Amino acid sequence: MASMTLYDKLWNSHLVRELDNGTSLIYIDLHFLHEVTSPQAFEGLRLASRKPWRAKANMATPDHNVPTTTSERSRGVEGIVDPVSRIQVKFLDDNCKEFGIEEFEIDDHRHGIVHVIGPEQGRTLPGMTIVCGDSHTSTHGALGSLAHGIGTSEVEHVLATQCLVQKKARNMLVKVNGSLKPGVTAKDVILAIIGKIGTAGGTGYTIEFGGDVIKSLSVEGRMTVCNMAIEAGARAGLVAVDEKTISYLHGRPFAPKGAQWEQAAAYWRTLVSDADASFDAVVELEGGDIVPQVSWGTSPEMVAPVTGHVPDPASASSEAKKGNYQQALKYMGLSAGTPIQQIKLDRVFIGSCTNSRIEDLRAAAAVVKGRTVAANIKEALVVPGSGLVKAQAEKEGLDQVFKAAGLQWREPGCSMCLAMNADQLEPGEHCASTSNRNFEGRQGFGGRTHLVSPAMAAAAAVFGHFVDIRDVKLL
Amino acid sequence: MRKFVTEKGLVLPLDRANVDTDYIIPKQFLKSIKRTGFGKNLFDEARYLDKGLPDQECTGRPLNPDFVANQPRYKGASILLARENFGCGSSREHAPWALDDYGIRCIIAPSYADIFFNNCVKNGILLIVLDEKIVDQMFRETEATPGYTLSVDLAAQTLTKSDGSVIKFDVETSRKHILLNGLDDIGLTMQHADAIKTFEQQHQLKAPWLFG
Ligand code: SF4
Repeated sequence: MASMTLYDKLWNSHLVRELDNGTSLIYIDLHFLHEVTSPQAFEGLRLASRKPWRAKANMATPDHNVPTTTSERSRGVEGIVDPVSRIQVKFLDDNCKEFGIEEFEIDDHRHGIVHVIGPEQGRTLPGMTIVCGDSHTSTHGALGSLAHGIGTSEVEHVLATQCLVQKKARNMLVKVNGSLKPGVTAKDVILAIIGKIGTAGGTGYTIEFGGDVIKSLSVEGRMTVCNMAIEAGARAGLVAVDEKTISYLHGRPFAPKGAQWEQAAAYWRTLVSDADASFDAVVELEGGDIVPQVSWGTSPEMVAPVTGHVPDPASASSEAKKGNYQQALKYMGLSAGTPIQQIKLDRVFIGSCTNSRIEDLRAAAAVVKGRTVAANIKEALVVPGSGLVKAQAEKEGLDQVFKAAGLQWREPGCSMCLAMNADQLEPGEHCASTSNRNFEGRQGFGGRTHLVSPAMAAAAAVFGHFVDIRDVKLL
Repeated sequence: MRKFVTEKGLVLPLDRANVDTDYIIPKQFLKSIKRTGFGKNLFDEARYLDKGLPDQECTGRPLNPDFVANQPRYKGASILLARENFGCGSSREHAPWALDDYGIRCIIAPSYADIFFNNCVKNGILLIVLDEKIVDQMFRETEATPGYTLSVDLAAQTLTKSDGSVIKFDVETSRKHILLNGLDDIGLTMQHADAIKTFEQQHQLKAPWLFG
């Protein structure tokens, strides 16, 4: 058989039928749902008197719209102060009950951001096709599954048919060679990749991330990378299965057990691109060249090394780009040539499906330990990705470290990543954020987001401005 | 789903690259559990000077005079002219719902983000991809000509300008078929229910742990 990429293998093993117009019917193994993109899909099912094709292939949790303060959260759904949010969360609960779908409700200790809890529970498994009405579904590709975001009509389609009509994407390999310098993290790697290929660089492709740097990352780090594949325009990001993937999954609640585990693991080990597989595009980066990254503009491709400056629009590679740069600088209230380390900051957000797992919190806590939040920082939030991450962090005393330094320790949810709940920036405020999007208004009307790694965000909280994390001594 | 066959309408030029879905419809409006009513909040942050709230009446809100869609000459536009990578960002289908509710039936741009692209097809909105140079030219013409309209004919795959000149565009056969006929794609997939069942049985034999 011709040699295949990992994406080819995943695609072929889920191909139900090729349709006669260049599209294919693809079987979906797992479907995650949340409160924001599902209500209209459930309504559609009801109107057409349809039932879920395989209810067990679905799993739901409310995350986008939930409050993160302990006072609101201690009273479950009824504790949600915003009536519109409360209705949406209740709707999810009711819909899941009506259609027989398992849900981790807001007060379940396993509740959290859907892309954090999927892998954490071992729901996400290598070789699966996974979809969710959320573009950051690409996260799950870190475990060798083909995972991507869909819209609400497709949510309804998957519920009803367990399939999607898809056109196969092209194959791209992004190879990060060598090794990272100390202090440089998975987040810096993906920001550097997007800075290089641009936010439309991956459009029409599935990106496989490979090379020694990706191999050396933990599974959680790989999730950070795949999470932002969508920010490079690719619907799906992938990392080949290796022993790290397999040991990450071992013993997780939904992972196979006993003989099935052995059978599954043997299959998972085949989920790598063949040595001579050919890609439609290959991009290479040198890991050793990557410096901690900070975004300065309103698109994730607008990044600079922390040692750099806000660029001059005149230096843009095209007229269109020049216009984008000018627009971005205006919105961000920045002028060309400003050193990144002199950008004034108001808030810090450590959280989101990009960076709210235990390793992220450990990295952030290590930096703030023995220090206090700088006077100019009005608020620094730490929002764990799930109830289990929160519990683990508390077991390790990380919550105490954060609180002692003056950061707020919150309940899990998407929080200020998209600011649908009360966690929002005020107009004009600058925020060092570990999330994934710095679009206009993303973290609050008029808010200005700078995307960074957890350690860089933590350092920004205690120093009051961006610092090169490589120069920061851990106390 | 609603059909798309032809559309003759006023063109609204949105001269901005990488328009993301947060820009198209800010998140506070995603709290709705309905599919309709998003049009008044399309481009909310650019369109109004104040911060929009869900369920708010929009008629009295201060408009941003600099925002293109607020110019009287573009009132009632049904064709949106846009720049590259339109619709990037989140998968929210509220973005096409808002465009649709506002009255946009067709978008012309050099490129789109692909989840957005799919979402539009599901809502009967035609997305036309044209070469950047042609789009550039159209921006110049639209801005120079008040009342600039285009006629779109999907079956013929043509755009006709008011001077009678014609531009051809490509569209995938499957998408064309679905749009022209307004097909319900769940219904279409259900025609393959037997194939799905057969696949599922074989899949379960190969990977029983997925069905535990
Ligand atoms: S954390 Fe942010 S990016 Fe992730 S699912 Fe929630 S809103 Fe989307």
